[in-house]
Amino acid sequence: MFENLDLTKLIFGRLTWDAIPFHDPIILATFAVVAVGGVAMLAAITRYKLWGYLWNEWFTTIDHKKIGIMYIILGLVMLLRGFADAIMMRLQQALAFGDSAGYLPPDHYDQIFTAHGVIMIFFVAMPLVTGIMNYLIPLQIGTRDVAFPFLNNFSFWMTTAGAVLMMMSLFIGEFAKTGWLAYPPLSGILQSPGVGVDYYIWSLQIAGVGTLLSGVNLLVTIVKMRAPGMSLMKMPVFTWTSLCTNVLIVAAFPVLTAVLAMLSMDRYLDTAFFTNDLGGNAMMYVNLIWIWGHPEVYILILPVFGIFSEIVATYSRKPLFGYTSMVYATVVITVLSYLVWLHHFFTMGSGASVNSFFGITTMIISIPTGAKIFNWLFTMFRGRIKFDVPMLWTVGFMVTFVIGGMTGVLLAVPPVDFVLHNSLFLIAHFHNVIIGGVLFGLFAGITYWFPKATGFKLDEFWGKISFWFWLIGFYFAFMPLYVLGLMGVTRRVSHFEDQSLQIWFQIAAFGAVLIAVGIAAFLIQLVVSFKRREALKDESGDPWDGRTLEWSTSSPPPPYNFAFTPRVHDLDAWWQMKQHGFQRPESGFIPIHMPKGTWAGIVLSGISVVVGFALIWHMWLLAGVSFVALIGTAIYHTFNYDRDYYIPAEEVERIEAERTRVLANV
Amino acid sequence: MQIAKFLRGVVLTLLAAALLTGCDTVVMSPSGDIAMQQRDLLVWATILMLLVIVPVIVLTLWFAWRYRETNEDATYAPEWTHSTVLELVIWSVPLLIIIALGAMTWVGTHKLDPYRPLERIDAQTPVPADLEPLTVEVVALDWKWLFIYPEQGIATVNELAAPVDHPIRFKITASTMMNSFFIPALAGQIYAMAGMETKLHGVINEPGVYKGFSANYSGAGYSHMKFDFHGLSEADFDAWVAKVKASELSLDRDTYLELEVPSAKVPVMLYADVDPTLYHGILNRCVAPGTVCMEDMMYHSGMGQHGGHHGEAEAGHEGHESHTGHGEHGGHHD
Repeated sequence: MFENLDLTKLIFGRLTWDAIPFHDPIILATFAVVAVGGVAMLAAITRYKLWGYLWNEWFTTIDHKKIGIMYIILGLVMLLRGFADAIMMRLQQALAFGDSAGYLPPDHYDQIFTAHGVIMIFFVAMPLVTGIMNYLIPLQIGTRDVAFPFLNNFSFWMTTAGAVLMMMSLFIGEFAKTGWLAYPPLSGILQSPGVGVDYYIWSLQIAGVGTLLSGVNLLVTIVKMRAPGMSLMKMPVFTWTSLCTNVLIVAAFPVLTAVLAMLSMDRYLDTAFFTNDLGGNAMMYVNLIWIWGHPEVYILILPVFGIFSEIVATYSRKPLFGYTSMVYATVVITVLSYLVWLHHFFTMGSGASVNSFFGITTMIISIPTGAKIFNWLFTMFRGRIKFDVPMLWTVGFMVTFVIGGMTGVLLAVPPVDFVLHNSLFLIAHFHNVIIGGVLFGLFAGITYWFPKATGFKLDEFWGKISFWFWLIGFYFAFMPLYVLGLMGVTRRVSHFEDQSLQIWFQIAAFGAVLIAVGIAAFLIQLVVSFKRREALKDESGDPWDGRTLEWSTSSPPPPYNFAFTPRVHDLDAWWQMKQHGFQRPESGFIPIHMPKGTWAGIVLSGISVVVGFALIWHMWLLAGVSFVALIGTAIYHTFNYDRDYYIPAEEVERIEAERTRVLANV
Repeated sequence: MQIAKFLRGVVLTLLAAALLTGCDTVVMSPSGDIAMQQRDLLVWATILMLLVIVPVIVLTLWFAWRYRETNEDATYAPEWTHSTVLELVIWSVPLLIIIALGAMTWVGTHKLDPYRPLERIDAQTPVPADLEPLTVEVVALDWKWLFIYPEQGIATVNELAAPVDHPIRFKITASTMMNSFFIPALAGQIYAMAGMETKLHGVINEPGVYKGFSANYSGAGYSHMKFDFHGLSEADFDAWVAKVKASELSLDRDTYLELEVPSAKVPVMLYADVDPTLYHGILNRCVAPGTVCMEDMMYHSGMGQHGGHHGEAEAGHEGHESHTGHGEHGGHHD
């Protein structure tokens, strides 16, 4: 057998120079920009001797706060890539009419809309949501870290590994041309023989490890580590919605892992789970991926509902209206989110009774969701509303989201779905809830908790600019899509004949430009705020007169969060403490036991990228070696007993005394 | 206030847009009875939901304005967090609306089930007892549409025609990719999947040329996977059939295998006659010589599994048409 052994093939698999897109000027230019930017950044880090700082303080950290911030940075960076894809699509669709083919051939366009969906869901929304949960949950429940601090670091780096692999597909080979859920038979080996679908599979599988473990971690943290006195019904609403989200993650993501594993077996091992022939059936894939996919949208929206609940109470200067019904609404949504998946494919030919069942369960979800909207509404009622930027996002959300909710219920009526399924009406609907819901909420949350994380507030002016451009841009970009959907225009089309449609696509493209300004304003806001950080400084730790425990700490909180574990007597624990004239303890400190940073997470993640890359390109030798290295490193890490340290009592006393001094000046 | 002004602008723009394009939005002004009923359901569901959506939007903006920090006149109730009456209202109003909408959904979904043979031609006219529906076998190829008329013995590519006010029964399958067969003016869509058959019933009530296309992304040629659907008078339809029959092309298994090869932007093709077993072969994935048909494969594995239980295996054999994606209606033949 050895005479057939082709060494080049064994080492390089199917990777050849042809895989580098030299022929595509758009990609080459992008590569040049990324390369120049990347080299400049690396040079700057070297020049300012930041490598040691980054490695010790950030990359190897197991501090939930820093990991949360890194998740958010990852999400924001990927937002730029995902949005670049969006604006390219908008431009293509605004141009490609009649004789004009636009500037993107279908081959490229199909990769772009697939990448846009994958990036926005898995590498923007998920890291942002996870980042905020990671940062806040321990602070809100009065604990020092998550239940499994190393696992937290590992989860973050695995998510990053997935993102890195996904980004590599831009310059080495290609990405999937299948749409973001990669339905077979299109994603099968016969119809998509290239590396695109393999990039899709392995970047999601590797990132999925991170998501699942992070879900387990946060779930255990909330269940086991709440401060004494914080019973479930005294938890802040954000912690409640996070709890439900992590239940959903733990229950749903294994389904995604399994269905992608089956798809990869079809592609790598010639099994026939989802093939047209040999007894496979693609309908199984469609069912399984949506059994993950529908809970996934609630994984994204539930924490955001929590964010809005915190913000609306704080800025209305009132406790949340109907806390109990808010909690029950959240739990009902969590359960129901598993009973609606079939509404994504009414048109696959299920019977009328099956379709009606799933249509009606979908509509039922709108009842608890509606109750939540009313609860926010009545929190504002008879309040004293301060319209800071987070509150603007909240009001923008409430108005926008109900429109998306209404079109969602419309799509849940099967006969209506038969005429609107896969149309731009559907695209408008889910961007209406994902942008108008998830994204608005994330921006509100980032603005709201930014001073907590950094010690200074975000600049108001640029925040307002960003908000208004996003809001108006959203309406311009997506309302035309509702109209186009009613005109019978479907999604994922790269060229149109009917000239009368063009104006609507041009309006939508204009909206995308407005959103681009909104994103730019957000970035400018970060820079301006950093420059003005002295003026925007938050010394109190409680800039908005908050209600929950995170506002009882300094901004940013010390590594140990709380010198003494707080005791909770009531909902809105910090508000209640303030009302009762809470005195910070200023003596009697004891050494604090803390987990220690480790290299293992980032190294394991780096090796995972190599394993994934080797599997994608069929480099079997490298795949084998790197897989053994991965397992070996993980085992080696288990022998690391140098995992904790104590912050001495004197150090705690020094930090707390400094805080006392600062507070005296506020 | 800024928000209020902006929203009024949006609503006005949308209304104007809806009015301006009223004639172009095919979903809102279709020409087939089924699509019209789907449109009616859409309109009623929207109205029902606006009963709660409009008050919510108005209240949001009103509360935001009324209870702004600078308005000292407004009542401030910093400890008010609960009201049983309000809680009852905010849970029961959406509940009542959903009960109404759920009832509409249940009835509408059954009445407009694409597998259900038509009972009426339009709102006033029931289907005459002696009028047999026109059968069209639809095959989604990569990336063009094949239409086989078994009763006429003809076939076409990327052109479909049917007589006005005459029920049509589509049997739909695909060669490889999952597509979705959609003529918005006629009726809602249904997926076309390889090795499986889905069904759709519809009727076109006005003569005209309507757009049809695939509504489910299926790869590189998807954007051009379109066809024209001609609604014709009975006489014009007969003339159209005669025109197809005058074509020099005919579709047998060999020409089908050539046609099946992926291609995009395919012009209209007319076939004067068609192999009557072709559709069955496509559905069972055994057009190419030497391939075993799926129903026979299942028959044999059924035999193996059940040993001597001939009856059960036979049932599996005859049930080949039930291999459709449509569990509930699998057995019902119309």
